[in-house]
Amino acid sequence: MSIKTLSVRRRTLLQAGLALGASQAVGAPFVVRALGDEPVKIGMVNPLTGVLSALAQSEVDGAKYAEAEINKKGGILGRQVQLLVEDSANDVGTGVQKTRKLIDRDQVNAILGDVNSGIAYAMSQVTNEKKVFHIVPGGHTDPITGTNCKWNVFRVCNTTTMDAEAVTPELVKKFGKKWFFVTPDYAYGHTLQDAFVKALTKAGGTYEGDMLPINNTDFSATLIKAKAYKPNVLLNNMGGLTQINCMKQFTQFGMQNEMGLGGALFELESVKGCPPEAQTGWWTYEWWWNQPNVPEVVKFVADYRAATKNTPSARVWFGYVSIHSVRLAAEKAKSLDGPKLAQALENMELPPDVALQPGKVIYRKGDHELMPNIFVGEVHPPKGNADNVFTVSTLVPGEQAAGSVADTGCKMVEPS
Amino acid sequence: MTQLILFNVTNGLIIGAFYVLMALGLSLILNLSNVINFAHGNFLALGGYLAFTLSPTLGYWGALLVSPFLTALIGLAVERLMIRRIYNRDPVYSLLLTFGLAFVMQDAARYIWGPNGLPMGLPAVLAQPITSDLFFITYYRIFMVTVVIVAVVGLFAFLRYTRVGLRIRAGTFDLETVSTLGVNVRHLRTFNFALGCLLAGLSGVLAAGQIGLNPNMGDELLMPSFIAIIVGGVGSLIGTLFGGLLIGMAAALTTVVYPSASEAVIYAILMAVLLIRPRGLVGEEGMLS
Amino acid sequence: MSMAIASLGGRLPMQAGRRELALIAVWTALLTVPLWLPLLGGYTALAGRVLVFGLAAMGLNMLLGFTGVLSFGHAAYFGLGAYGAGLTLRYLVHSTPLAMLAGTLLGGLAGTLFGLLIVRRRGVYFAMCTIAFGQLWYYLAYSWNSFTGGFDGLRDFQREAINLGPFTLHIEDGGTVFYFFLLAIFAVAVAVMGVVLRSPFGRTLLAIRENERRARFLGIPVERHIWLSFSISCFFTALAGTLYALLNNFADPLTLHYSLSGYFVVMTVIGGMRTFWGPLLGAAVFVVLQDYISSMTVNWMSFVGATFMLVVLFFPRGLLGTLRRRVKV
Repeated sequence: MSIKTLSVRRRTLLQAGLALGASQAVGAPFVVRALGDEPVKIGMVNPLTGVLSALAQSEVDGAKYAEAEINKKGGILGRQVQLLVEDSANDVGTGVQKTRKLIDRDQVNAILGDVNSGIAYAMSQVTNEKKVFHIVPGGHTDPITGTNCKWNVFRVCNTTTMDAEAVTPELVKKFGKKWFFVTPDYAYGHTLQDAFVKALTKAGGTYEGDMLPINNTDFSATLIKAKAYKPNVLLNNMGGLTQINCMKQFTQFGMQNEMGLGGALFELESVKGCPPEAQTGWWTYEWWWNQPNVPEVVKFVADYRAATKNTPSARVWFGYVSIHSVRLAAEKAKSLDGPKLAQALENMELPPDVALQPGKVIYRKGDHELMPNIFVGEVHPPKGNADNVFTVSTLVPGEQAAGSVADTGCKMVEPS
Repeated sequence: MTQLILFNVTNGLIIGAFYVLMALGLSLILNLSNVINFAHGNFLALGGYLAFTLSPTLGYWGALLVSPFLTALIGLAVERLMIRRIYNRDPVYSLLLTFGLAFVMQDAARYIWGPNGLPMGLPAVLAQPITSDLFFITYYRIFMVTVVIVAVVGLFAFLRYTRVGLRIRAGTFDLETVSTLGVNVRHLRTFNFALGCLLAGLSGVLAAGQIGLNPNMGDELLMPSFIAIIVGGVGSLIGTLFGGLLIGMAAALTTVVYPSASEAVIYAILMAVLLIRPRGLVGEEGMLS
Repeated sequence: MSMAIASLGGRLPMQAGRRELALIAVWTALLTVPLWLPLLGGYTALAGRVLVFGLAAMGLNMLLGFTGVLSFGHAAYFGLGAYGAGLTLRYLVHSTPLAMLAGTLLGGLAGTLFGLLIVRRRGVYFAMCTIAFGQLWYYLAYSWNSFTGGFDGLRDFQREAINLGPFTLHIEDGGTVFYFFLLAIFAVAVAVMGVVLRSPFGRTLLAIRENERRARFLGIPVERHIWLSFSISCFFTALAGTLYALLNNFADPLTLHYSLSGYFVVMTVIGGMRTFWGPLLGAAVFVVLQDYISSMTVNWMSFVGATFMLVVLFFPRGLLGTLRRRVKV
């Protein structure tokens, strides 16, 4: 094969590729316009690749399920809903870029995202600047509805204060007041530990702890220290895979025979990645699928399982609630205008088939934080089916655990 | 007191052992072929995932034996099909090729096995501590260190006493002369790359038992391996061995006194070496390309 | 013979006109972006990203394509530029020009000092050191929580309007005004780069790339030139980093990570390593490709990675490189 024929082939390949690419780029917007009635577009930016991908994917699954459900019932304000999902790749630059893309190019009416709190915050700056309605389904850092709260941003998942205040009384009651903290050394870890310390000191407890690198894999040194301190509870604040490793090593060393184990979040996705002996401890769940006394939940879980063959986790519920919140706000405001949607969602109580839990679930006006119940209970190896790894012991109302709006430091600035 | 000392030593050994195994594979490939294998962490993950898939049929021990060889086989295919074509070019191309390969492998792992973390089952005998006093030394940790020692000794013996090993060692000094002496250099490079991937796969199986499986698991070990190679001295396998142990020990010791700095100390060592003795601890001047 | 002249960047008289034409084409396209980009399904922020990455890649190319030295850790200087600008805006003074200056100096000086350490090394060892050095800064950025915001990144700053005496440049609004601001800075930077590369210093770099030993025999202080080239390229990449911080109103540790360094190298190679405008074209291709594909499928990493590999295996000269070769021969 002579060089010339090879280069001719390369050139044709290049040209063909360029032509194809150009036709796609030019063709796409024209195709959408021809569809007649403009759908209501909701943009979702989440880290579908990277370390948070499992959680992000669950949120997207919940959102897509809600989208299909709403469209079957006629859509929002008579128009079909179109969910546009973009991958932030766990990178702020990409997340911000995708947000701008969804707003500038795709003209979305609302933005959802991100699991990564840093990205959620950066996105909120863009959505605030462009006056777009923004719901954060699962980004946990407190300032999003605290010191950095914004009129257009709402959040579904809990603050660290809520989780800490909810689980501390249970742990103190069951095990005692002397705790040892294992905390990752970054913003989320710090706020979580501070929240726990505050709750523990209120209960008259004492503590010690270790701050570890975010990606720490070996916990032996810390666990030895913990064992020497002889606490009543080991408080595991680590997240994701590091949390699983800490649990595994804790049980490998046989420490569950000497002290209790607990913390804030130990999500279903993470529990399923644990070997059975490490599926233990007392934790908070922001939503749990096994609520046999709430008929709406039973129906939801059955329908979701039929449609996707998976059991919904709290993250799925976040995505589900976020999409429905857009619908509820739009129906109340009779408009898709950002400021009007935001105003409509304040103090909005979620109907039972969206709230999927007992009691009143409301978006608090002062800081735009959703106030659901916090499910406190025990994680254990599967009982019955593979997803039954958590047994609820009490339900703490979110508002009770959250503290006042003043405590969060939120000073809401209304749109100009 | 004995507990603390014993703990520090074993912990340092374990952490160091991992770094050593990874870094040795990376170093082998680097020394002979001048290729920085960015996908090395992904070969580690591959080894772990393959063991996970094979263990229901072959059991843990069977999977431990087979999956590194499978990983090596895949490495062989990769080298044969792709890396071989770019040996004689600017090193930037091999870097980019393995960089792109890393992307593809990570995505493939996520696609095939899912984004969720997966647990790797260990045989019950390994998961226990050896005594209740020394509760932090599980049989598995001892097992890991043993396997690494066996692998490292085996590797050095192989390089020292077999013909292929001799050729590899000669090749790192002067590949051209080795070629003129009648050795099939292409086969040698392929074999060498596969050997590096074998070590990565073995690390993966061991790591899976310790930290579980996920698509990003190799990323954490890639940078320390690089640093182990630089600290020990590029071009020297013994250097890599010392480098890995050094940074492993340093990280373990730091965790006892100042946990959040345990990663920092690795970079501090790197900077110290670059400033004071850039050729590395055991490296020789002029060993660099 | 013509190949030799071509690779040295020289121009035969008849190609001079072609070069002017190319320049005019490039600048017309860049100046009218807000008009044609949305028609193609793009958006102005995308063009801003292309410019920023293109500048960073062109900075790298000074070292990689024109001096023949491989740095796989240039994101470090990019990120230092971003953090320098962000930290200035957040803690020191609300002034965009000063922030840009601070960031550029931070990244440039870090590169200059580091270059001194490793200038005697070559090939893969040099590359490994650059990677490790980059990761050092990445580690610092995500662990120094109180100062840099750690893992979550540096926030609470934004680009400030620039007071130019009689009128104010309201770049804080983003959009078209900011795009033209970016373009202006880009133009100045690129002009300076062109001047440097066309100077005797630039020619010497080419000589070093072609045959280092011969250059040394000719009495050229090779190490000093490599160090200077390294240093200058870091300054340009750091400048691009400051623009990135302004574009996002955010600086995060991933701007320092070796994967971004890899992206810069890829952009340079895709566009054409030994050409001047190649990296900009490569940046455009890469950014658009990633943007487009990641919207289509969650498996975009496979496609992007496969593209890198295909380019390395089959299009090593990159787009402009292949085009130029076709034209010459």
